[in-house]
Amino acid sequence: MITHKAAERAAISLTLDGVHVKEEAPARMLLSDFLRQTCGKTEVHVGCEHGVCGACTVRVDGRPVRSCLMFAVQADGHNVDTVASLGSRDELSPLQRSFHEHHALQCGFCTPGILNSAQVFLEEHPDPSEREVVEMLCGHLCRCTGYRAIVDAVLDCARAGKDETP
Amino acid sequence: MIESPPRIRPQRWIGEAVPRKEDPALLTGAGRFIDDLDPFPNTYHAAILRSPHAHARILSVDAARALALDGVKAVLTGARVAEISKPFHAGISEPVHFYPIAVGKVRYVGEPVAVVVARDRYIAEDALDLIEVEYERLEPVVEIDRALERDSAPLHENVGSNVVHERSFVYGDVDGAFAAAEDVIKATFRFPKYASTPIETYGVIAHYQRGTDTYAIHANFQGPFVLHTLLAAALRVPGNRVRVLVPPDIGGSYGIKALLYPYMALIALASKESGVPVRWIEDRLEHLCASSSLTDRLTKVQAAVLRDGTVLALRLDHVDNVGAYVRAPEPACLYRMHGTSTGAYRIPAIAIHNRLVTTNKLPTGLNRGYGGQEHYFALERTMALIAKRLQLDRLDVVRRNLVHADEFPYRAPAGSVLDSGDYQAALDEALRLAEYGKLLAARDRARAQGRCAGVGLACVVEPSGSSMGYITIALPLEQRKKSLPKSGAAEAVTVALDPTGAITVRLGTAPQGQGHQTVAAQIVAEELGVSLESIEVIAEVDTQTSPWTIASGTYSSRFAPIAAVAVQSAARKVAMKLRAIAAQECGVPADDVELAEGLAIPRGERAKAIPIKRLAGLAHWNPLALPAGLEPGVYETAYYSVPILEAPDDQDRVNSSAVYGFVADICLLEVDRDTGKIDIQRYVSVHDTGRMLNPLLAEGQIRGGFAHGLGGALMEEIVYDESGALLSGTFADYLCPTAAEIPPLQIGHVDTPSPFTPLGAKGIGEGNSMSVPVTIANAVADALGIDDVTLPLTPRRVWELAQR
Repeated sequence: MITHKAAERAAISLTLDGVHVKEEAPARMLLSDFLRQTCGKTEVHVGCEHGVCGACTVRVDGRPVRSCLMFAVQADGHNVDTVASLGSRDELSPLQRSFHEHHALQCGFCTPGILNSAQVFLEEHPDPSEREVVEMLCGHLCRCTGYRAIVDAVLDCARAGKDETP
Repeated sequence: MIESPPRIRPQRWIGEAVPRKEDPALLTGAGRFIDDLDPFPNTYHAAILRSPHAHARILSVDAARALALDGVKAVLTGARVAEISKPFHAGISEPVHFYPIAVGKVRYVGEPVAVVVARDRYIAEDALDLIEVEYERLEPVVEIDRALERDSAPLHENVGSNVVHERSFVYGDVDGAFAAAEDVIKATFRFPKYASTPIETYGVIAHYQRGTDTYAIHANFQGPFVLHTLLAAALRVPGNRVRVLVPPDIGGSYGIKALLYPYMALIALASKESGVPVRWIEDRLEHLCASSSLTDRLTKVQAAVLRDGTVLALRLDHVDNVGAYVRAPEPACLYRMHGTSTGAYRIPAIAIHNRLVTTNKLPTGLNRGYGGQEHYFALERTMALIAKRLQLDRLDVVRRNLVHADEFPYRAPAGSVLDSGDYQAALDEALRLAEYGKLLAARDRARAQGRCAGVGLACVVEPSGSSMGYITIALPLEQRKKSLPKSGAAEAVTVALDPTGAITVRLGTAPQGQGHQTVAAQIVAEELGVSLESIEVIAEVDTQTSPWTIASGTYSSRFAPIAAVAVQSAARKVAMKLRAIAAQECGVPADDVELAEGLAIPRGERAKAIPIKRLAGLAHWNPLALPAGLEPGVYETAYYSVPILEAPDDQDRVNSSAVYGFVADICLLEVDRDTGKIDIQRYVSVHDTGRMLNPLLAEGQIRGGFAHGLGGALMEEIVYDESGALLSGTFADYLCPTAAEIPPLQIGHVDTPSPFTPLGAKGIGEGNSMSVPVTIANAVADALGIDDVTLPLTPRRVWELAQR
């Protein structure tokens, strides 16, 4: 195991939203802070810094991860994806479109984290039950919507995806 | 007879379920929240040292070691803040001094004691560990009952008592009603302290600009902009040297980020002291211990009733706990519902005794439902107790007392003017949707099978659009007379067309997810006959350049009744100008010009239609060609205030809100006696939203308000132990509802547009935050056959109740 002193700077190289990035960060720096402050990824939102609210969820090697519970140095050599790699303003992803149509977001602060979790979830559960969607969502706090519209958006996205499959 | 040519049917947008303009940016992570902004070069970071004690004197603060740490720029203490600023003003007579940092004493766990300004947040937090503070601990005063005792240690020695405000009011012949009563129902209620905990915490980026002695303060602040006045006074500069800037996006608030927002002053002062711009982003522990919450309340109710369930009069005795300080707009917690104290009922007489106490807890402020959940918990529990005591059907008691549909507008004894409604019809609709007969049968069947089931009901009036004057009722008449009267609740909006005809709407509402940009675009599109896509709506506020008033902001669900009308008015000013220009160009009267499809069309002469962008271009490029009396450019600002919001009268009556919606809730639940778990099986909520502006957003507001009410009912509480130590400082201890805790909610509508505003729309964001706690409490009381129910109804508490 590699050990670092807290303030010692370490070189970090990772693939971030598909782009190779080489940076440096103190060993104690959280991945969430590194992504926002060093890499400029303000798509990552920080809500609690103790792993409960889920707002800072990103995808690390395709797995949903709370970036406030990981050190930046631990991301060295890995693939990190934020919501920026899902879709763009002019070309929203099917999941993002479904959120838009169902009014599944209000303030939008928790939304990037939820989208990252839901994206991975749908890749693994192409035909989810409502109960499974609710269970997945329990890793996230949203204080605006009351969740119903988010559940509907995820379910509807899955349904639409199934329809498109030949 | 000559037929007039067919009018062009304008595109209707108001009332359509339009998905939001806000979404694309937010869905792609491209929102611009406070911590995403970088407005000043060389910005330093602040961290705040906070009190570990509930109540203690500060004997000394030694920051020498912190200042010696590499990267630390400055340390600001309370003593210094007291030298360079003034305490914030609040709306009571007693001199409770509030600074944004502890001065001399700490009065709650988490109160700021020192601010470190450093290169980055990590270094700033390192430095906090190096500050040495010597405290002398004092008696902690934690609960309301202790605060009421004369010998409790006063938090504010200059006041001398923890009762910092007291007023009594009598409306109608209360004594006569109690003398005539056939029964008097008495009950005592306690309501817990909780907070809506937005997922984005507080954040401030402040820059003291010494060249001009000016403060620029960016903060995720939601209004009202009364704060601007208070900030200027606290910072000891004229208002035109305090520039408050609200970012385009705010990550939720629900009242927490409203007035008062003391950190805006604190970080501004930290910038002045350190000579650099300073950024402070609150962390979650800071938020849970030291942001804001609603009040916990002790209410004693006496109801004078007839045997048929008619309520003749109420006596309400309130003690509200504002925590360690009285921060503006407090004591509004006691007064927001004041004019509406009789709720949805035609109760002719009411006496109200209000006291405000200070304790060693987090100070309070707005929170979704503000004052409503506390009030209706007592009122609607009382209505249930009246039915139980008199052995009457609960529905009969409600129906007998509801304001009748033909009585609107109804002037409540304490002053609120209930504008419109059909409460009986709304209740009937709730009963229909809930299949009430079947609901009762299901409850009785469950009981017959040995399970513990209950049905709960509540009817609440949902005020929206708070007046600026209602809080002054906290002052006795003679004191109120000494200052100028306060009335209304104005909002300002600008609609502008640039030389290419592109339309920009500028709001002063500082929204936090409500969808104001979308609804404003709907209104402007309808008024100007243009597409939604052609309109940009700017939600960021800059007090130096935005249209705003002292009441501006998003609180008390005021967009629908007030700001939306200002949008319409500004759009109509623009429409009049465009039609006047087109009328001259086409040689027809302005009345014959219609705006549709992006064109100004003379009636019946479509071939002569002129694109709006050409009219805008003319107004900018060729002002000499404008009709006489028209100013160049297209930049129209409208201010709107609701005429019915008068200042309090000499009889202490006040119409506290612009309009009044209504909510009727019914729920069926089962209680597991062995685990204390509550299973909500059916929940129906019928709303009066007046004229609905966007059904998609309306449903979102209702579901959001419901989730907050549910959290308050079942799990949320800011808990302190007897020493005043905070026990709910993380999201693992302060529990909020997740998706799994939200029961199915069936929503219905009986909408009665308000006659008092041009659009007729009513606010809808808070009704269920007010109604759900008491509806669930009523159902649990029914399930367990008990009278005393205290929130939150956690499994442990319910289990204890079930064992009795």
